[in-house]
Amino acid sequence: MDIGKDKPLSGRISRRKLLGGAATAAVVLVQTATGKAFQAGVSVAELDDPTKIPGVLPGTVGTRSSFEQPVKKPSPTSSRTPLQDLYGTLTPSDLHYERHHGGVPAIDPAKFELVIHGMVERPMVFTLADLKRFPSVSRLAFLECSGNYRGANDGKITPQDICGLTSQSEWTGVALSTLFREVGVSEKATWFLAEGGDAAVMTRSVPMSKGWKDAIIAYAQNGEAVRPEQGYPARLFLPGWEGNTSIKWIRRIEISDQPFMTREETSKYTEQVGPAKIRQFSFTMDARSIITYPSYPARVEKGWIEIRGIAWSGRGKISRVEVSTDAGKSWHLAALQEPVLDKSLTAFRYLWQWNGGPTEIMSRAVDETGYVQPFYKQLLAARGGNMGYHFNPVTAWYLQSDGQVLFRST
Amino acid sequence: MLVNTIKPFLLAAASATFLATVPHTDPGTVSFETRRTDTLHYPERFGFGKPVSAEKIAAIDIDVRPDGKGLPAGKGNAVIGKQIYAVKCSACHGASGTEGPNDRLVLGDTTSAKNRRVKTIGNYWPYATTVFDYVRRAMPFNQPGSLTDEEVYSLTAYLLHANGLISEKTELNASTLPKIVMPAKKYFVPDDREDGPVVK
Repeated sequence: MDIGKDKPLSGRISRRKLLGGAATAAVVLVQTATGKAFQAGVSVAELDDPTKIPGVLPGTVGTRSSFEQPVKKPSPTSSRTPLQDLYGTLTPSDLHYERHHGGVPAIDPAKFELVIHGMVERPMVFTLADLKRFPSVSRLAFLECSGNYRGANDGKITPQDICGLTSQSEWTGVALSTLFREVGVSEKATWFLAEGGDAAVMTRSVPMSKGWKDAIIAYAQNGEAVRPEQGYPARLFLPGWEGNTSIKWIRRIEISDQPFMTREETSKYTEQVGPAKIRQFSFTMDARSIITYPSYPARVEKGWIEIRGIAWSGRGKISRVEVSTDAGKSWHLAALQEPVLDKSLTAFRYLWQWNGGPTEIMSRAVDETGYVQPFYKQLLAARGGNMGYHFNPVTAWYLQSDGQVLFRST
Repeated sequence: MLVNTIKPFLLAAASATFLATVPHTDPGTVSFETRRTDTLHYPERFGFGKPVSAEKIAAIDIDVRPDGKGLPAGKGNAVIGKQIYAVKCSACHGASGTEGPNDRLVLGDTTSAKNRRVKTIGNYWPYATTVFDYVRRAMPFNQPGSLTDEEVYSLTAYLLHANGLISEKTELNASTLPKIVMPAKKYFVPDDREDGPVVK
């Protein structure tokens, strides 16, 4: 970033200093002529040598450095996490992907209610305060939309555009099993309906076994209240399952002995396999990985490169990630960053010396059940030529001799 | 005391067995013995929350199941539905349900190979009740939940008629709607993927 070109910055700072005397403690983002944002009150002199001027005083809310501008990429129905701009495995809450079916509702937490009824001994209604009184659970877990694969023939596509509907948070709330006990769920129940309080009044049927096993009614994300885009003030969270089943803004759970066959689980989130089969209730997200560095639009230089990426599986822990630097001819074990957690993003890295010649690099994830992330052609064949939901192919990056990195299908 | 120390161990063992032998997409029940072992010391009930009245449940319990449970009183037909569709739906779904710009609802020309792959009510939706449920809860997109039950019956009738599934005069109500067999139902199968190395 070339600070010197931003003439308006120095102009504004000079004026502020003239009016206010000493450097101001207030931090205000100033949009400059070239579109870059800087902290007003920070002079060019300070940037040259921050040791010579006292810094900004403590504030009420921290902000991202004005030099860092990672953004989600929105469409009318979703917004994608900038995977290529992130490090480690935790997605900053404001960069968690979004997918909603009737927009983000405005819900007053004081009026929030969760009703649980149907095949129960005691139909109950819980306020947000009620939910927070129950014993709490926290866990790290990825969340991924089942419609999360794109390619590009010209190779000019980022990890954000390929599979940016993947994010990870720490989710805190009350275990759904705790609420099941509280209302006295019938032992004959086999499914429950989860319904959101958004404009789509979004619904999904979920097997009771998942509800007992590890479902959470989450009211917190990464240590603070769940973000509006993620279901404020409370959402269902189903670890490892396709994102749309984790109903946001949850308002009602109906216990039943059969699925409800809602629009989302019949006409929408189902996959055609071959000419005469439509796969339904395909909840679990299969294992997947992607190299996030180097990736498009990066340019790299020959020499040492630490290949970095993320891997995850809805079936459990990642057991290994293999990296190829010769277009899949040979594979090497990548180092996995501990802790490797169940149904969570796992960071991997592989140290490599690039000789500058054109080649393809790629990663494939293997999970603890023995599932090996397939190549694109392999997956397409297994689905009888159909693409669609649950498409998790190995993603390759082509390194041109000039250092440009481009997407390649496998 | 002996009972208290042994019981959690047995329950934990039962839980591990369950997780190892039953696919986790299995919709079956989980018996009381296989609940989370870390909740075993919880009281029978915490007493948080309040009982909810039948009236309050009825006000928000809008779901409709394939067997017709949840369908309200009222009736409608495609003749009336066509008029409502023109006013409230055609702007997004096209004059005949084939033109868009949003989701295509009607299959239309089935001689085109391209059209056969498009997901519409006629060739993809497995249950007619789902049309009623979804239109009532979420449509029209700019005024969700604004349609009367009679309007929803008529719109459902129009969409089924436009897809060649019922006649223009067929009356839809809580008794007739669940009996309609959708052409795509026979294609639907539960998820057949499993843990392990097989890619499906």
